[in-house]
Parts: sequence; C-alpha cells; structure tokens
Amino acid sequence: MKTMLNVALPKGRLGEKVYSMFEKAGFPCPSIKEVNRKLIFENEDAGVRYFWVKPSDVAIYVERGAADVGIAGKDILLEYEPDIYELLDLGIGKCRMAVAAPKGFRDDVRKTLRVATKFSNIAQNYYASLGRDIDIIHLNGSIEIAPILGLSDVIVDIVETGTTLKENNLEVVETVVPISARLIANKTGYKFKTAQIEKVTNCLKQQVECKND
Amino acid sequence: MIIETDNLKYDEQAVFLLRSLYSKYGYKQYKMRKFEEYDLYVRNKDFLISDSVITFTDTNGKLMALKPDVTLSIVKNTKDSDSSVQKVYYDENVYRVSKGTHSYKEIKQAGLECIGDVDTYCVCEVLSLAVKSLMTISESCVVDVSDLAILFALYDYIGLSYETRKRMTSLISDKNTHEMKHLCEDMSVSAESTALLEELISYNGTPDEILPRLKAMAERIGAQAEFSEFESVVSSLDEELQSKLRIDFSVVSDINYYNGIVFKGFIDKIPDSVLSGGRYDSLMQSMSRKSKAIGFAVYIDMLERFNIKEREFDYAAVLLYSENDSISTVKNAAQRLINEYGCVFTAKKLPEKATYGKLFELQNGEVILIENNA
Repeated sequence: MKTMLNVALPKGRLGEKVYSMFEKAGFPCPSIKEVNRKLIFENEDAGVRYFWVKPSDVAIYVERGAADVGIAGKDILLEYEPDIYELLDLGIGKCRMAVAAPKGFRDDVRKTLRVATKFSNIAQNYYASLGRDIDIIHLNGSIEIAPILGLSDVIVDIVETGTTLKENNLEVVETVVPISARLIANKTGYKFKTAQIEKVTNCLKQQVECKND
Repeated sequence: MIIETDNLKYDEQAVFLLRSLYSKYGYKQYKMRKFEEYDLYVRNKDFLISDSVITFTDTNGKLMALKPDVTLSIVKNTKDSDSSVQKVYYDENVYRVSKGTHSYKEIKQAGLECIGDVDTYCVCEVLSLAVKSLMTISESCVVDVSDLAILFALYDYIGLSYETRKRMTSLISDKNTHEMKHLCEDMSVSAESTALLEELISYNGTPDEILPRLKAMAERIGAQAEFSEFESVVSSLDEELQSKLRIDFSVVSDINYYNGIVFKGFIDKIPDSVLSGGRYDSLMQSMSRKSKAIGFAVYIDMLERFNIKEREFDYAAVLLYSENDSISTVKNAAQRLINEYGCVFTAKKLPEKATYGKLFELQNGEVILIENNA
C-alpha cells in the first residue's frame, strides 16, 4: 500500500489557493472540487489525503501528527508556538499583526497599557520585548470596539486592508510582525515521509520563487 | 515468579526491556525520592522542559517540589569526580505541565546518565544505547543527531551575538530557512555565512550522506577538531545502528546547558519525539561540578497508545451462576473456563455494557453454553 501524505488545509479561500499549489506540485485530488460537505478527500494514486480544518486548528492537527503537513498563518504559529517544522513562507495570505488605537492616541507610559486582543501570547511577548507594563484583555471577536467603549487603550489584531479600523475610527500605531501563510510539518512525519515532504516543499518553493520573480 | 507479558501494556513491557538493556551495560538502577528542594530547580530553571513545578512546604518549613526532572536530582546526588565514571539508569515518574493540556501530568520516564570522566567511548556507548532503546520499542525508528560544538563554532565564525544565537538556534530547530535569511539580513550577516546556515538547516540524512558535506563545512569554519570528535562517535556505531541515525541540526537542546553531541529519537506513528538526550558538561559547570556528563530520557508515557492490540471482546467468556450453586461448583467451573479461554468474568448478572465471546450459565451444576459471539 502506498504511504499517504496527510495534508491539513485551512478552510476558505486561502485553502483553495493552497490546494491548487499542491495540485501543481504533483499532488492532485480531483474529488476535492466536488460541491459537497465532505471534509476528507484522498487520491491513493497520488498518495495524498487532504482535510479541510478550521484555519486556527491546522497547527494542532500537524503538531499531534493527524496531518503530516499543513498550511497555517504565522499569527497562529506565534500565538500557540506548536512544536513543528516551519518549512516555507508561501507568501500568500499576507497581512500584519499590528497595534491599533483611536486616532490621535498617545501612550501615557505612567499608566499600565490596557491591550485588547485575541492574540494574548503575541501581545505579551511584543510588549515584554519593549519592557512595557500591560494589562491583557482577552477577547474572541469585535476587538475594534474595545478602545471605543473604553475597555482598552489599544488593540493588537490582524490588519489586512485597514478598512475595519478606519470605519471604527482607529489607526495602526505600530506593526508587531508581518503575517503570511506557512508550510508546516510534523517532526515525526518529516522523518518517515521525508521524500514526499521534501518534494512538496521544493515544488511549492519553486512556485513561490516564480511568483516573486 | 512468572510474568505473563501478554497482560502487560506496551509501555510496561518497554520499561522491562530497557531496564534489562541498561543493566547489561553495567548501568545501576538509581532510585530517588519523589521530592527535591525547590531551590535546585529555581537555580536551573532553563534546564527544565516546563517552568511550572508543583511545590509544597515540608514539615521543617523547607519549600519542596515534586520532581519535574530526573537529571538534576542525579547530578546533585552523585559524587563529583573527573577521574572515574558513574553509570546509572532510572525508571521514574516526573511531574510537569503537559504541552497540550496546560495542566499538570504524571509522566513516566526511563533513561540513563553517565557522569564523571566521560570520554569518547562513553559518548559512543550512550548514543548506541539510545538507538538500541528505540529499536527495542520499534524497528521503525530514527535518531536525529547533531553537535552543538560544531554549531557554536559556526556561530563564532559568523560572529553572532548571544541574543542572536538564541533566536538563530530557535529558527534552526524549526528548519525555518526563510526567517533565518531575514534575520541574517537584519544582522548584516554575509551571503557566504547565510549560505552556510542554510546548508546546516538542510542536513537531514544518513551519516554516509551528510558527513562529507559537514566535513567540508567544518574545514571552512575551522571546526576540524569538533567534526573529528563527532565523526568518530557516529562512525563507531554498528552498521545496523548507524542505519537508524540521521544527521539533522534541528536537534538543538538548550545552548546554555548542552555542549557537544545532542540527539532526539522518533518512532513512526508517534507524533512527538520519544527520546531526548545529549552531552551536558555546561550544566555540570553551572552547578560547580568538575565531572562531565551525558545521558538521555525515554518518554514512556508517549508509548501508552502505541501498538495496542485491539481486543475483540472485554471478556473471552462470562460465567453466570445463581445463589443455589455451591461455591465449590462455581469455583471449579470458573477454573475450567479460565484454563480453556484465558479470561472469564464470573458473576450472577451480566456485566453492564461489556462484550464477551461466549456466555455460559451454571444449570444444575452443569456449565451450559448460552450465547456464542466468538
């Protein structure tokens, strides 16, 4: 029986884009394009099995070995710090993790800075590197309204175009880190499916380099 | 006493086999207390996998900790000597926060330490025992090996600062070439040095494949002595053991405590490394010891779900009796069925939600087969 490469794809447009890159790399699975609610697709001839999973869960599937490789945003990798190999920056799904505040905000360093965010670990590490005392307010959504309602002074969140911030009268104060999609691999999987994972990495790398040229 | 290994779980069998392996090489079992003074762990916090330690105050007022690590206790309690060598193995539970659940867990660990006058032979022996440990558990195993002395020589050659070394080591550990290149750009590292780091990250192959490439790099960065030591250790292993080795510099344990050869073992179908070890003379120095040391741990808890034979039934047979049956009749009937089927559940009522192969009932002293699912 052929060894199958298990790939965790993030549901959504990014995942579809990534699948087409895998397809070009020689790992096609036509059934994935069928319109249905299935979440697992495999092509035994190509030796590949794809799963659609929630983008923030990809790293867990890979770290725990349910998937050999996967595509995860750098934000998730920085937040959860999974023990995996980060093999390639795919250069897609680009955005940035940023500190945003109401227009005209000035940081009063005499006070503890109240920071609302979904990404507590990233925010903690960022402000620790600056030596700034902060109070983390962990929220799960609608982060932008926290400073408007006086819940926090600033927010740390993902910024793509900045439209949501603008509409809520916020602006980017500082970029914490640029974000993009990364190819990640389980460490044990990498030892026992080395040839397949190296093939995927090299073929995707070529595609990324072609795009950049 | 005869132990029926069929009834032992795979992790329990592994512990027996590893103990027997280590004993053969003259390692003595080291039995330790479950607690240590908390102070020991505070002073060597970075050596621990997890910062969190369970503490309590002893009756004499001393702050104690449930041991989160075995190596520190062994180092503390063994004689400090650089003229003789002590070889010990252990099979102990440690208590630390588990990675996935963020809660404390009792973790079973076996392993060995070689402390004192550690020479190249000792290093070869420990590495070969690490590979043999994994092969005892599964033939489908790989031991990644790297050498921090060579890595440090490369850092010296490039001229990386202490802070950058830590960041760079973390990127090498993740095989993260793209961010390594960004860091090199930020630190104004030359293109030649960046290429050397990229080459180092790319290593993932058998000694035959990688040693010639590593030799060329070592010559370029002036690390011939470090390479020669590493090569002599790796090459000393028998062919069978060497076939399980992969030279891979993503194995980088804490650079403050480890210094020479470091290794990690993997078993197919177990998602995380099951063995980790290396040479930790720097830890000994930080504890003001003149001894040198090398050792490794096998994470037995990782084997819990490995290689479990699915049981078809909870019980091969169930024997039902009634209050009218005499104890001796039930006892004799149960014994006959145990001899025949190996596992028999004897009760007045069927066990709830249990599955069984055959159902017997005692009727007028006779064992009657009522149901056959086998």
